[in-house]
Amino acid sequence: MYQFEYHRPKSLDEVTALLARCENPKILAGGMTLLATMKQRLAAPSDLIDLQDIAGMTGISVDAKNVAIGAMTPHHDVATSRDVAGAIPALAFLAGRIGDPLVRHRGTIGGSIANNDPSADYPSACLALGATIVTNVREIAADDYFRGMFETALKENEIITRIIFPIPQRAAYQKFPNPASRYAMVGVFVVKGANGVRVAVTGAGPGVFRMTAMEAALAKNFTSAALEGIAAPAEEMLQDMHASSEYRAALIGVMAKRAVAAMLA
Amino acid sequence: MSSAIIKPNGIGAAAPRKEDYRFITGNGHYTDDINRPGQAYASFVRSPHAHATIDAIDFTDALAAPGVLAVLTGKDVAADGLGGLICGWLVHSKDGSPMKTGAHPILALSHVRYVGDHVAVVIAETAAQAKDAAELVNVSYGELPSVTAVAEARNPAAPQVHPEAPRNTCFEWELGDKAATEAAFKTAARIISLDIANNRLIPNAMEPRAAIGEYDKGTGIYTLHTTSQNPHVARLVLSAFVGVAPENKLRVIAPDVGGGFGSKIFIYSEETVCVWASKKAGRPVKWVADRSESFVSDAHGRDHQTHAELALDANGKMLALRVKTIANLGAYLQLFSASVPTYLYATLLSGQYDLPAIYCEVDGVLTHTAPVDAYRGAGRPEATYVVERLVETAAREIGMDPAEFRRRNFIRKFPHQTPVIMAYDVGDYEASLNEACRLIDYANFPVRKREAEARGMRRGIGFSAYIEACGIAPSAAVGSLGAGVGLWESAEVRVNPTGSVEVLTGAHSHGQGHETTFAQLVSDRLGIPIENVEIVHGDTDKVQFGMGTYGSRSGAVGMSAIQLALDKIITKARKIAAHVLEAGEGDIVFEDGRFTVAGTDRGMAFAELALQAYMGHKFPTSEIEPGLKETSFYDPTNFTFPAGCHIAEVEIDPGTGTVRVVKFVAVDDFGNIINPMIVEGQVHGGVAQGIGQALLENAVYDPQTGQLLSGSFMDYCMPRADDLPSFDVGVTVTPAPSNPLGVKGCGEAGAIGSPPAIINAITDALGIRDIAMPVTPERAWRAANGL
Ligand SMILES: Cc1cc2nc3c(=O)[nH]c(=O)nc-3n(C[C@H](O)[C@H](O)[C@H](O)COP(=O)(O)OP(=O)(O)OC[C@H]3O[C@@H](n4cnc5c(N)ncnc54)[C@H](O)[C@@H]3O)c2cc1C
Repeated sequence: MYQFEYHRPKSLDEVTALLARCENPKILAGGMTLLATMKQRLAAPSDLIDLQDIAGMTGISVDAKNVAIGAMTPHHDVATSRDVAGAIPALAFLAGRIGDPLVRHRGTIGGSIANNDPSADYPSACLALGATIVTNVREIAADDYFRGMFETALKENEIITRIIFPIPQRAAYQKFPNPASRYAMVGVFVVKGANGVRVAVTGAGPGVFRMTAMEAALAKNFTSAALEGIAAPAEEMLQDMHASSEYRAALIGVMAKRAVAAMLA
Repeated sequence: MSSAIIKPNGIGAAAPRKEDYRFITGNGHYTDDINRPGQAYASFVRSPHAHATIDAIDFTDALAAPGVLAVLTGKDVAADGLGGLICGWLVHSKDGSPMKTGAHPILALSHVRYVGDHVAVVIAETAAQAKDAAELVNVSYGELPSVTAVAEARNPAAPQVHPEAPRNTCFEWELGDKAATEAAFKTAARIISLDIANNRLIPNAMEPRAAIGEYDKGTGIYTLHTTSQNPHVARLVLSAFVGVAPENKLRVIAPDVGGGFGSKIFIYSEETVCVWASKKAGRPVKWVADRSESFVSDAHGRDHQTHAELALDANGKMLALRVKTIANLGAYLQLFSASVPTYLYATLLSGQYDLPAIYCEVDGVLTHTAPVDAYRGAGRPEATYVVERLVETAAREIGMDPAEFRRRNFIRKFPHQTPVIMAYDVGDYEASLNEACRLIDYANFPVRKREAEARGMRRGIGFSAYIEACGIAPSAAVGSLGAGVGLWESAEVRVNPTGSVEVLTGAHSHGQGHETTFAQLVSDRLGIPIENVEIVHGDTDKVQFGMGTYGSRSGAVGMSAIQLALDKIITKARKIAAHVLEAGEGDIVFEDGRFTVAGTDRGMAFAELALQAYMGHKFPTSEIEPGLKETSFYDPTNFTFPAGCHIAEVEIDPGTGTVRVVKFVAVDDFGNIINPMIVEGQVHGGVAQGIGQALLENAVYDPQTGQLLSGSFMDYCMPRADDLPSFDVGVTVTPAPSNPLGVKGCGEAGAIGSPPAIINAITDALGIRDIAMPVTPERAWRAANGL
């Protein structure tokens, strides 16, 4: 790790001021990604601006239509929230399968969405549920937010404050973890709601994406059988020492069918 | 011994581990917990290339960086006349020529030969400053093509690791009777052959390697604190071969060590540099590996490619075994690199079977990868994998039940001379096989398989009837095979005047629980509470000499030395007791910690006797020296041969390829058992590592660039609790005749026996002949779907 300055502001205004003033600042949420990168000397921010003392950025609120989660809310809180479990059980289920207990107690939803790791779980929920990413300056629809591997619509120094998930009729998440990292090798989030059927896939491609062919088939006939023969394009999937693109493509089919089966159970 | 009454905390008792309190409460003293006054820190500049020339090293900027005390390179090492690192075991090729390899410099001179190779070291006031400055060392490399896989390394056009070893061939070794084997194959009714890979592993001890070198200007004595499994061997190598300091001017301390699995046997560049640099920098020098350094620079394990053939007669009786193995040795030979794929491997190829003829060839091949050396099991897991995969395949192919096929071929008469050096002294292989079958309910497996099928799962069962050689080893025997050392062990038992006891042992505990088991032996023999026994190890200034802990030798060899020293203590104490109690020596009975005159109520407790021994008032000190302290150097008469049977049951999800181990039974014959709880713990850990090898762990180098792709836990998959079933562990006992305690050794059996059981279960579930380790979900998915 290189030398850096550490700041712990109390308000978003202070954060913005620090971001403007510091030479090469970085926002620090749970640090689960950022600190590891710094330890490996792959990132060298001049200043870390820790968001943990900022009022209103942590916590969950649920109304008749939406689940709103503060950006600094750790995965554990989402996984164990009764309100989330009541409104969108698949979201609580997803949060409970991120990493390990340490990671779930430190890592935050805002950090996960800001980082947009192609194997992260939350992006699939955001995209499938049609979430809104709220920042200190604007609201961004999930459809416009995810831009491929580690790329997002966030501008420099823009801060995510909340994520708003519309409550669907039904949803399910199926994750096939990478045995080593336990990130998603393939994760499929299926939603049936006011906007019809949405199927979002993480882990398999260079960024989270929707399987529109599956959505169309399920809109007509919401059964796992309807997904038979619908394949993701293997040539567009990721390939690494753990899994070939062909295997990832096949897993999308299996995970999607299992998600649908779970929703019908 | 096994039938005797078990005393509380005596031999056979599941005594709680004495050392756990300090470990669990964070009060252990690991090398990184130790800080010396004025300590500076080392950071190594490592090669980013698998193969390159070092054209120039410019460290002007590094030297000028804040806090930097020194930057040292291979030129400084050479200028000080230090030798290189050594391999302590010389192997000869078939043609009689000695193995061929290049020098292993402490810091690279002209070439780097693997990613992570040591190029320079920066010494600075803080660890962070040392790391920052190490990045400023500007090395001009001339990149060269590299080779990491044995399959390509011997190609005449392949890049050469060392000019001294043409075609990257270190040795072409053989063992066994070639002519007899060929003849037997000619008469065979059936020949079963398999091509088998034993995947490369990275040890990943929980505590990374660390060292502190220190030089005392006044006395000229160096002190090295280091994460070693064998501090005396480290001192011997550093003084006699590297020449950092004379042996009498070097103290090596291996304090609490958090796991080794073999990787901390070896003498590496880093601790050598810390000792040497401490004088140059005039400051104690500390280095602690970070996890990324451990991945690239700890010695790796396994990495074999094997073609094996088994000849059978028409009745399913084994006639002969023929094995050809290519072993990846890495870029340099480490301390035991040459012995692991040869004498520690091929000598176990007879397994538990009455095999009249065996012939094995092993080619040791150099590649641009980290050195490969002993890792939990060291050669025996590789041998067991070959034998037990082949045996299971043979049983299936001749249509015989795998348990029955094994029974038909078991060795039943002891001693048994195998065709590959080893003379098995005792065993009962059918007993452990039967017990394992009972524990797993073998008879009802078909019911479980059908039930799994109804759930869409493919269920399989696999056996592994392993044997291994522990208690290494009779010194003359290993000497005749090329070892540069003897493999005895020493012990010193010091009775204090108050009757408490210190045992100084040359064995080293880094997770094995010696402080408990060794103390149990003393408590049992002397009849004193276990709390009154202290086990002292890991310091060359305290313990006279020792060969250390590896090869499951500490029980059979280390404890036997203690046992012999205790015999001497009791013999002397009895003499003193006779004088004090005014009786004939022959009338003195020593039982339950009391010396009594037979048939009377006259007696004294062990502690009273200890006091008398030190007072010297009541016995003639001209005949019996005062004091009570005895030493023993014990050299075993044979290896010990732990053996047993592991059975695994797996379920495979054909949709995803997920393999779940649903049942795992291990029945082991470790001879007599000192502490059943510790033994079971060793089995659990070993089986976890074996399942890790079979399903999860794989060290992968990029074939083009030679970069280690599995260089972090994000990609190198260590087994976790939820990857494992609850193990069912059983024992059978045939006491080892070769040592006074009848113990065999249990530290490695789990890792040796389990991989073939898992792979046999997977191939059974999927109805396939073979599948490569580790069986990743994708591999299983492809096999399940015929892809
Ligand atoms: C061992 C391990 C296992 C893991 N397994 C999984 C897994 O299975 N699935 C999964 O999805 N994830 C996994 N993760 C990632 C983890 O879930 C965290 O969510 C993730 O590391 C980022 O969240 P964080 O709060 O730690 O962010 P940080 O590490 O603090 O920050 C990450 C990045 O986001 C930026 N950032 C943080 N907060 C904001 C904000 N509010 N607005 C704008 N930018 C911001 C930071 O500047 C930084 O660039 C794992 C991590 C580890 C260490």
